[in-house]
Amino acid sequence: MQIIVNQVHHAFDGDPETPLLWVLRDHLNMTSAKYGCGQGLCGACSCHVDGKLTRSCSVSYEEVRGRRITTIEGLPARLGDALRRAWTEVDVPQCGYCQPGMIMAAAALLAVNPKPTDAEITEAMNKNLCRCGTYARIRKAIQLAASRLSALSLPRPTP
Amino acid sequence: MKRRDFLASSTLAISSLWIGYCASTSRVLASTTGLESPWIRISADNEVTVFASRAEMGQDAYTTIVMLIAEELDYPIQKLRVAFAPNNPKVFGNLLLGGFQLTGASTSVRDAWDRVRVVGATTRALLLKAAARQWNVSESRVSTHDGFIVSGSQRSTYGDMAGAAAREQLSSRPALKDPSNYRYIGKPLTRLDTPAKINGTAVFGVDVRRPGMLAAAVRQCPVTGGRLKSFDPGSAEKLRGVHGVYRIGNAVGVVADDFYLAEKAKAMVRCEWDTGDTSNRKDLEAIMDRLRKASEAPGVVVKRRGNAEDPLGGDHIRVEAQYEMPFAAHAALEPMNCSASIENGECHIWGPFQFPQGVALAGAAVSGLPLAQVRVYSCFLGGGFGRKLENDCVVQAVALAKASGKAIRLIWSREDDMQHDFYRPAAIHRMAGSLSSSGLLLGIQGRGTSHSVFHHFNPEGVKGGLDPWAIEGFENCTYRVPHMRLESLLHDTGVQVGFWRAVSNNMNLFALESFIDELALAAKRDPVEFRLAILDSHPRAKAVLAMAAERTQWSKKRSDGRGLGIAQAECYQSYIAVVAEVSMEGTSPIVHKLTAVIDCGLALRPDQVSAQIEGGLIMGFFTSIHNRINFRDGMIVEDNFDSYPIPRFEDIPQIEVIQAPSANTPSGVGEAGVPLAAPAIANAIVRAGGPRIRKLPFI
Repeated sequence: MQIIVNQVHHAFDGDPETPLLWVLRDHLNMTSAKYGCGQGLCGACSCHVDGKLTRSCSVSYEEVRGRRITTIEGLPARLGDALRRAWTEVDVPQCGYCQPGMIMAAAALLAVNPKPTDAEITEAMNKNLCRCGTYARIRKAIQLAASRLSALSLPRPTP
Repeated sequence: MKRRDFLASSTLAISSLWIGYCASTSRVLASTTGLESPWIRISADNEVTVFASRAEMGQDAYTTIVMLIAEELDYPIQKLRVAFAPNNPKVFGNLLLGGFQLTGASTSVRDAWDRVRVVGATTRALLLKAAARQWNVSESRVSTHDGFIVSGSQRSTYGDMAGAAAREQLSSRPALKDPSNYRYIGKPLTRLDTPAKINGTAVFGVDVRRPGMLAAAVRQCPVTGGRLKSFDPGSAEKLRGVHGVYRIGNAVGVVADDFYLAEKAKAMVRCEWDTGDTSNRKDLEAIMDRLRKASEAPGVVVKRRGNAEDPLGGDHIRVEAQYEMPFAAHAALEPMNCSASIENGECHIWGPFQFPQGVALAGAAVSGLPLAQVRVYSCFLGGGFGRKLENDCVVQAVALAKASGKAIRLIWSREDDMQHDFYRPAAIHRMAGSLSSSGLLLGIQGRGTSHSVFHHFNPEGVKGGLDPWAIEGFENCTYRVPHMRLESLLHDTGVQVGFWRAVSNNMNLFALESFIDELALAAKRDPVEFRLAILDSHPRAKAVLAMAAERTQWSKKRSDGRGLGIAQAECYQSYIAVVAEVSMEGTSPIVHKLTAVIDCGLALRPDQVSAQIEGGLIMGFFTSIHNRINFRDGMIVEDNFDSYPIPRFEDIPQIEVIQAPSANTPSGVGEAGVPLAAPAIANAIVRAGGPRIRKLPFI
């Protein structure tokens, strides 16, 4: 059996009901997705499956076998760089435990909605929890990344 | 020992510190390996390593402490390698907390401010002295610039001079930088841990990976403190990928290939528990009833003034009120965890620790090895808030490593974490005050009754019914009232309680700052003006309060049924005022905005001061509105984020943090934002036309 994470194929021969989170963390030693609640309530384990935001604690290996799984290490360069740059400039993290999940949720949002409104950010990010209370900074960083990304996508002015 | 005594004894220790530092620096030397000291290592090939002496749980101690060294070492901070300090209390002990190597009570910066800068300056002075000797010039002609030691056309890396520097001795304490020359202190600087925290490489406790390390889970008595009478692994042991099921004290530990299997197997174990007598914890109301009854007895006086025996006097207007706080959980996003292995006569312990010294002691006790054979490796903490001071999970992990003979990574499930917490204790406060007919405040008496948080941690620290961590906000009450008596009373609720961010400030300041407002209203005076009139002995508190009123346009009437409420206090030697803007939706308060003004002395990292206060306000505000831990026959009812919500995007009000300019010694920040949100909201509810709410949570 095979699992495809960040475009790399990995073998996994454990219990097919194992949640994706524990395949990543305990079998592949990829620890960026975090365990917070085990029930899809906190978003610390957020990954993308075929580009769609997914709580990796709440989908089994069986459900994601053969599908494209992306963790924060495998975000598309342009989007990932823009988000990380914005996160750094705003200096978002405190303890930082939720932040990979936050960035994965933000990436999923910007992929389908390049210029989200405040309300759309709240709706898209509302299931990702941060105990330190970095929410205002996350919002600011998403807006910053969005504005940079959309500026980059503008057609070049003709000389 | 009272907190004030902690502080007094620490001043002595600081003055002799640099000598001790020099001794330890010069003891370790070898020209081939550079300079080695407990705080700083400079290798001959110019790798400069600094040891972060405090836990990093979001509060920015990591960057701040490293920055203080970089500032005085005069070395580019981005070129430093940073490692977490090992367990070594003689060097890294917290002088504000009895010398224990412990992160808590918003002490990291206060403790580091003098001593850590001296470490940097001393090391730099040794390098300069070595360079002067080598280049045969006077020391005054040698300096540092951008990571090099320079004199005229001579130039050397720190590494090139490190070996020689380690053989130098200083005859006097080196001068610290003039603030006008600061390169980092008070200047914009991205947190050093941000890059690793946003690319997934930061190692938290749960991320520890070692060759052969296995996952582990524990099955614990549903009632904390209960006994395991017997257990039968049943089919748990036969699950593919399960390596063993072991009794560890009063829990059952399962070792498996992954955490999912460990959790699955633990549920299959049949356990017979003796929950002990839970009659005193039948439900929350029963606990609160007993607490209320207990609160009728006299307590220990922690603040007195004027006629403290009878502060209310005779024939005056009397105001009385009783306030209630529930138990609350820490709910850090990273659950409790600890990794351990015992091999070749050594015990290795990894994890998210606020108290690595305690971890080492627990590791020695459980493993049976001498303390010198116990190695503690601190990781980033995915939130601490006081919970990760406790060693319950460490004891289990080391016991499981011993029983299984494996390297194991024990993680508590969210349910374990929430149901076996050391909760913020519930509290009852009885307050009374007297006013003259013209509305002058004549006297206040108050008594806070709650369960000692310090007793389980250090029984000797609680003497004569006085817990130094039960009196915050009372002992250092900023108000000057003619007659005053504030008391603390301890009552054992039978619940496992502990340190919860800002500790007793939460309870004492909810009561005190709500009550001051009630007195102001009874006196028909403005709550700001009423407070200003009794703050003469604390000009910094007065300035912060006045600034908060001004910046929120306090006297301007709000539309849309909104009201403003205010609260102020001294908290970990900082002065803070919080203004809440609230409206009522039915019986529920809607918090629109929280504004904080803080005077934390010189702000070493201004942006992170704001970040801490923002986060603290959110934790304080949300907990006061939504959170309460309930009991059913000794068991905790709440078990995950659905039953015990923590704030999410949609909950966050507008927040503004204003830093009052200050050149005073840096003071505590990590917890100061938490305790005043609740009383500010309670006071705002009244001004928004709602009732006076004296019992939390608000909803």
